[in-house]
Amino acid sequence: MPYLDHAATTPMLPEAVRAMTAHFGSTGNASSLHTAGRRARRVIEESRETLAQALGARPSEVVFTGGGTESDNLAVKGLYWARRDVDPARVRILCSPVEHHAVLDAVEWLELHEGARIDWLPVDSYGRVHPESLRAALAADPSDVALVTVMWANNEVGTVQPIRELAAVAQEYGVPMHSDAVQAFGQLPLSFADSGLDALTVTGHKIGGPYGIGALVLARSATPVPLLHGGGQERDVRSGTLDVPAAAGFAAAAEIAVQRRPEYARATAALRDSLVAGVLAAVPDAVYNGDPGTTPGGRLAAGAHFSFPGCEGDALLMLLDARGIECSTGSACSAGSRSPAMCCWPWGWSPRWHGPRCASRWATPRPRPMSPHCSR
Amino acid sequence: MNDFPGAPDESSTSLGGGRLRVLAAMSGGVDSAVAAARAAEAGHEVTGVHLALSGNPQSFRTGARGCCTLEDARDARRAADVIGIPFYVWDLAERFREDVIDDFVAEYAAGRTPNPCLRCNEKIKFSALLDKAVALGFDAVCTGHYAQIVTAPDGARELHRAVDPAKDQSYVLGVLDAEQLAHAMFPLGDTPKELVRAEADRRGLAVAQKPDSHDICFIADGDTQGFLERRLGTRAGEIVDVDGTRLGEHSGAYGFTIGQRKGLRIGHPAPDGKPRYVLDISPVDNRVTVGPVEALDVAGLTAVRPRWCGPAPAGPGSYHAQLRAHGEPVPVTAELVDGELRVELAEAARGIAPGQAVVLYEGTRVVGSATIATTARTALSG
Repeated sequence: MPYLDHAATTPMLPEAVRAMTAHFGSTGNASSLHTAGRRARRVIEESRETLAQALGARPSEVVFTGGGTESDNLAVKGLYWARRDVDPARVRILCSPVEHHAVLDAVEWLELHEGARIDWLPVDSYGRVHPESLRAALAADPSDVALVTVMWANNEVGTVQPIRELAAVAQEYGVPMHSDAVQAFGQLPLSFADSGLDALTVTGHKIGGPYGIGALVLARSATPVPLLHGGGQERDVRSGTLDVPAAAGFAAAAEIAVQRRPEYARATAALRDSLVAGVLAAVPDAVYNGDPGTTPGGRLAAGAHFSFPGCEGDALLMLLDARGIECSTGSACSAGSRSPAMCCWPWGWSPRWHGPRCASRWATPRPRPMSPHCSR
Repeated sequence: MNDFPGAPDESSTSLGGGRLRVLAAMSGGVDSAVAAARAAEAGHEVTGVHLALSGNPQSFRTGARGCCTLEDARDARRAADVIGIPFYVWDLAERFREDVIDDFVAEYAAGRTPNPCLRCNEKIKFSALLDKAVALGFDAVCTGHYAQIVTAPDGARELHRAVDPAKDQSYVLGVLDAEQLAHAMFPLGDTPKELVRAEADRRGLAVAQKPDSHDICFIADGDTQGFLERRLGTRAGEIVDVDGTRLGEHSGAYGFTIGQRKGLRIGHPAPDGKPRYVLDISPVDNRVTVGPVEALDVAGLTAVRPRWCGPAPAGPGSYHAQLRAHGEPVPVTAELVDGELRVELAEAARGIAPGQAVVLYEGTRVVGSATIATTARTALSG
């Protein structure tokens, strides 16, 4: 049964399962000072180091969280509050309109409840933010900007953003920048140190690791106001007893994701291309959305996003599901709810754009033979 | 074969027999869950679908109102899990807003009293949903409505009242034409409600004790007046008696229904001391006319947009007519004249409002329906 929804979640790697199960039977709070606590702490710190290495970051920059959504919220809300506390004029958030809901809804919440003003950064037909647009938005009034947030790669059509260039512009104006790299991790080479970012979101279950754990990679100079108050376990920025088995599983998956990334990207891109060719051959009026490959590295290897004119996404999803093909019409987070998935953007974007519900997202699996003709 | 009483047999639900591909509309309530379970148990290939009809759903149901909260969607999903059928949520909020809610508001604005459940059955469940189902290769749409489909000796599919008179919903299905009925499945029509609840319990469906939904699903707080006021704004006008004497003021004629007695807010009683009722709503001059109860007596009516559950009757005929949901059927003669249904009541009846449906029955069989346009009062006519 072809599972084509790796953008929603991935099967766990056996190595990650082994790493987790090795610790399920152990007692010990990683914050305790006795032997059991130190044993648990060691697992946490080794996992942190592994993760830091995988992300081109320093271990002290890795803050464990409960997942991508929490990381995004901590970065966006926490940095907003911190910046505004220093200077009440800083209430402007520069945000791309193609973000995941964990960012979109967080910035809109800040607008509704915390006096934020959102400047939606313009995007091109592939959903890409251009550095000139960011520069223009910053130059309009650099003094009132709280933060910039632009995802590394889009979770629906897979467009990759020029993060280094964008971060360089933000740095020029001294404004912190966050990027949601949940989809990029494991597919693109990520280096937090080289990125110029102040905060970067990653999560376990999109790279073959467990659910319920993620990380916010946070520059040491960045001090977001915490969302969760308590024991202050993670740099006083994130409280809550650390999940030792999950950290170990996440680290194991991250290590493998980075090791295998070049081969994975190559093989997955080949699978993706044969899927695209097969779909376009079978359905000539299907539209393949996103960057068609005009920009080198402009698109994630895993994932193909189509619009089928005259066909509703939810109907197609049902028919494909009945034939054993599992794909999605958009973010799983909004699937089955009232708001249509944000999808298929060749017709332009506006904030919280409600596009035609005729798109279908196919995130290709870890390489294995698969015929694109199975969709017919 | 069946462990459950009242499970569908060939005659009541099959569309030509055999294993059918059935799309079960699952509201999250007990009826549609048992209907889907029965269809699956009868050997059909059933897929459950919850219709998302609200653009901005509430998280939880408040009391017995509404049918499109996130909680209802979850209840429907859990029922599908227990039955063991695939389940999807389809977003029909836009169609629902256009065809049901906007129509509802426009009807009130025009001084009529619409029945949105009929519109929903006609335009959403057995049109938008059915069209999509048929396009996707389904043979039938199954719902938890209490009504029966009986195959006549000549093979025609007839719509009949449910066996449980208290739950009979054939009135709100009277808008279905032969083509729609050909693809409809109502597995609950032969069972009293109590047995359906008991059956849900036996089947392990958690919705067994969920309260029935009442009122209008898209007005979650039950405040139709407030809903209309938000949509239509306030527009002050006069309340007058039949002679045109000004008795009071209102903030919008749309807030009244023919036959309404309460909430008129006329300070002083009628000269004869008897209660006064809304007799007429005139949206053009924004005027509401009130008068004695006898003036509500209707001897006849005309109705538009006729829909027939089978062939349209030729010439005048004698029927029983139901003039509102849960209303008692009354004997009438009816005839189609130039596309308009003309109905003469054998005895005068009250509380008949333009916008409501007149549904014609022959015994338990639904003949067809039309939307009441005008009424002829015994006292006021002439």
